[in-house]
Order: sequence, then C-alpha cells, then structure tokens
Amino acid sequence: MPVLLEFEEPIGELLEQLEKAKEISEKGDVDTTKTVRDIEQKIKQKREEIYKNLTPWQRVQVSRHPERPYTLSYIKYLTNETFVELHGDRTVGDDKAMVGGFGKIDGQSFMIIGQQKGINTKMRQYRNFGMPNPEGYRKALRLMKMAEKFNKPVITLIDTPGAFPGLEAEERGQGEAIARNLFEMAKLKVPIICIVIGEGASGGALGIGVGDKVLMLENSWYSVISPENCSTILWRNWDHKIEAADALKLTSSDMLKNKLIDGIIKEPVGGAHIDPEATFENVKEAILTNVEKLKKLTPAKRVEKRIEKFAAMGSIS
Amino acid sequence: MGWFKRIKEGITTSTKDKKETPEGLWYKCPECNTVVSTDEHKKNLWVCGECNYHSRVGSAEYFEILFDGGKFTEFNKAMSSGDPLKFEDTKKYPDRIKSSQKKTGLKDAIKTGQGKLNGRNLVICAMDFKFIGGSMGSVVGEKISRAIDVAVKEKCPLIIISKSGGARMMEAGFSLMQMAKTSAKLTLLAEAKLPYVSILTDPTTGGVTASFAMLGDINIAEPGALIGFAGPRVVKETIGKDLPEGFQTSEFVLEHGFLDFIVHRHQLKEKLAESFDFFAITSKTKK
Repeated sequence: MPVLLEFEEPIGELLEQLEKAKEISEKGDVDTTKTVRDIEQKIKQKREEIYKNLTPWQRVQVSRHPERPYTLSYIKYLTNETFVELHGDRTVGDDKAMVGGFGKIDGQSFMIIGQQKGINTKMRQYRNFGMPNPEGYRKALRLMKMAEKFNKPVITLIDTPGAFPGLEAEERGQGEAIARNLFEMAKLKVPIICIVIGEGASGGALGIGVGDKVLMLENSWYSVISPENCSTILWRNWDHKIEAADALKLTSSDMLKNKLIDGIIKEPVGGAHIDPEATFENVKEAILTNVEKLKKLTPAKRVEKRIEKFAAMGSIS
Repeated sequence: MGWFKRIKEGITTSTKDKKETPEGLWYKCPECNTVVSTDEHKKNLWVCGECNYHSRVGSAEYFEILFDGGKFTEFNKAMSSGDPLKFEDTKKYPDRIKSSQKKTGLKDAIKTGQGKLNGRNLVICAMDFKFIGGSMGSVVGEKISRAIDVAVKEKCPLIIISKSGGARMMEAGFSLMQMAKTSAKLTLLAEAKLPYVSILTDPTTGGVTASFAMLGDINIAEPGALIGFAGPRVVKETIGKDLPEGFQTSEFVLEHGFLDFIVHRHQLKEKLAESFDFFAITSKTKK
C-alpha cells in the first residue's frame, strides 16, 4: 500500500477493502474478480476527485511524498543505465547532495546534473537531505563547463529544500558558489533544460536552474522560500504554512502563469510516485522535444534568448 | 551638613514648559558609546572617530561620498513595485510598499545613477537597507538591469553597493528570478570587458550575496560588515552551537578568499579611482 497523505485518507478505506478482496480471492473461497475491479474503479475515481483540486499546500506535500522518485531514479530510467557518474569539484571534495555525469537518452549524449535526496534515514543523512554545500554547486559547474567543451546539452533535475546553511558552507562561500553558477549558466553555449522534479527552494534550486527551458513537474513547487520558513519570518511561527503556501504562488500553474517558468510536465493522477515510469516517460518526451528545438538555434542566439527571458521577469509600475 | 537645601521635592516644571532637546543633534556610537554631534559624524562620513565603527548609510550618502561634487543623474526615479502575487501577510504588500515609501522617502530599496568619480564617467547602484530590509524584488532587479544597459552603452564601469537582507519574500518567485536576471545581465558587461566593482556593506546576505554582490571583478567590503549567504541565526540553528567570534564579518570573508580587500569609508573613493585606473578602459583626462 502506498503511503497516504492526510488529504488522501478517503482512499485509505478503499485500499483496505481492495486488499481484503484480493486476499479472499487468493484463498480460492470466492471469486472476487468483479469486486476487485469495482473497488479499483472507485479508487481511481476518488483519486481523480481529490487530485483535481489540490491546494498549494497539498501540492507541497505531494512534492515531498516519501515515495516520490528522486534524481537518480530519473537518471537510471532516462539513460537506460548508461549513466556514468562523475565526482568531485576538484577543489574541496565530492558533494553527495549533488550528482552528475554523462548518460545517453535515446542514443543522444547528455550531461545530467541534479540534487539527490536519500531514500531512507541513513541515505538521507548521506545525501544531506538534498542540501548541497558550495562544492556541490562547483561540481555542477565543472560538469556543465565540460559539457560545453564537448558540445553536449545539459539537463538539470532540481529537488532541494535549499542550499545547506552550515558553518563550513559559509566558510567555503555558499553565496559565491551559487552566484557563479547563475553567471556561468546564463552564458553557457550548449542547450540547458532545467526541470523541477520535487522541491525548488530558493537560491539552492536556482543554483542549477538557469536554462533555455525551465520546466516543472505538475506537483512540484518553486519559490524564494519554503512555506514553513515564510511563515516563521512573517508570522513568527510555523502555524501559517498553509496561508504561506497560498501567498507564495509556488505551484507549477502559478509559476507558468507569471511567466517565471516555460512549461509544466504532467504527472499521473495521484502524483509521480503512483506510476514513476509514466512520469519518467513524460519527462523524457519533454527533454527530447525541447532539445530538438534548442539545437536548431546557434549558440549565440540561444544565449541571447536565455538572457532576454530572465531579463524580462519582474513586475513594476 | 550641606549649605544647599532642597525646599520642594520632585520636578515642578510642568510638561508644557519643558524644554525639548532637538532630535538628531547628537550621534552615539553603538560600539564604543562615544558621542559626537551629527554634523561632525557626517563630516567623518558616518564613521566613528574613536573606534572606526561604520554606521549604516543609504544611497544618498554613498552618492554624496563617491560622485564628484555629489552630482549625478538618477535613473528611473519613479519606478515602483507592482503586486504580481496579491501578497498578503499581516499587511497587504501594496500597503507595505506605500508605508515604507512614506517613512523613508524612497521608492524602493535601490537608487541608480550616473556621474563622475575623480573625473571618470561611471554608473553606480546603491541599496537602501531602510526600505524593507534592502530586500530585492522586481524594482531592484530591473533598476540594476537597466543600469547595466547604460554602462554597456556608454562603455563605462559599474559599481553596485550592496546592503540587503536578500530576496524580498512578498514577490516570491519574482524576487528569486531577480538573482538570475541580474547575474545574466552582468555577463553582458563582462562580455564588453567593462569593470564591475561590487562593494559589500553591512549587511549583505541571502539572495544578494548569492548573485550580483559576489560577482565583481573586484569584491570590496567595508570593515566589520555582516556578509553571508544564510543569516547567522539560521547557521546557529543548523549547527546547534554558538558561532565563532567574528563569523561572517568582512574580515572573515576576506580571510576565506571571497573579497579582494576591505576598505575604510574614508579611503573608498580613492581606492575605487585607483582600481579603475588599473582597468584603464577610458583615460581619465581626455585631450
């Protein structure tokens, strides 16, 4: 049974019924095929009903679902296990919260980079909860520069609760590392496609987020701050995270409406974790169609359009 | 026994006859408690004569210090923020903007302008901390972006004086993208081989540190400024210990390799002129 979020509770009962019906059928006492089919149909309907009108806070919860696929799962599927991970920033160390390397998607070589969260308690610590240190951003930049040198397009997969706010991170220049990436990505000669697959929190996300096409998965979020921290700053406690999530306009549809991203990638009803392969296929298609279009432009034109796109973002009177 | 005896107890002057000391005549240094007249403080460029504590000052003061004769042409004077997200916390965002404008006499957290520094034409952007914590929203991003356009067009150097808590929360995604916007525009300045000097002043944190403030050809700071990405309170919570003495000060950031030098406000103009001389893109005195 999948882990259910609180607003998915109505499905819980049906899932239990389904399991019971299957059990009975397995024992061979009664033929429950029809009942099973009916319950499955009901679950599908219920799920569609719930997911049709998710609130921003509910989407934030889906984006953090414990079973949601993380960067390396995408990479493994997309590259059909041709991925070669490359390590280290050549200065300080290898950041486990940021992964990257070459891989082939449909026969084409790509440099794929992204923040990586851990799949269990031990791995979450190992991956520092997907919060990179400066060397993570510098590794990402090293790999992007290499992609530029060998004329390979860059894909970044964004999924982070933020850049790590630690003591050593400050000593080693977290701010400078992110700033440098923004500057260098703006003028990188090869196509860059950025996809927010889960959490897109602030500068830590943007540090690998400057691209020709910036896309968001339907149930991901992207903003200047997490709803919890926003609530802490504006209301002095965490209790207003739901209001904060509303106020921040952090969902994919709001971000697209405000022209801060270029597109949305659909997720299966119930979220990416319900059917990861379907999600990966949607992502693959988005990558391949966009890279085709981007390859038709000259590097100079691509960079010009990229800079113009970001320069146009803002709201003044 | 004393030869003076108080006859009446307590203060007898009525409130309406009380003599007021005019506000702002004196300045007391928060570091060493030295008191000087505000005139004298201003003459000393808002630096404590005793302990060299640099008071926080705004765009008007920096323009006066840096531009020859305090003369400059200001760009986009009236530019003010929109309310793209209809943001409301304890206050509606447009109301917050309006009350900040009224309180500070500023339109937003930055002023940009063009003038001369020791005879050399240049563009300066200076942030104002008193306007919503110097936070960067669309106006800050757009003004920097347009200032860069002027510098590129006129082939002159750019200075940005940072003083900010980071990206402005009330413009959320828009604020975040100003980091990308300003950094992307700086590539055009670099492409044109025009020098950019970033001056980091107290405080410079968050999204401003993580974008244009750290991207100078030369990064300079005033002494004793707070400079960092995460704020000290957040770092303290993360590590669960007290922070070491001097953590995230200019001196700390210099020591870790992210600043070229620290300069006293008195020498700021001279140091800048000297640096631009080395870059030598336009000769100082044209025949």
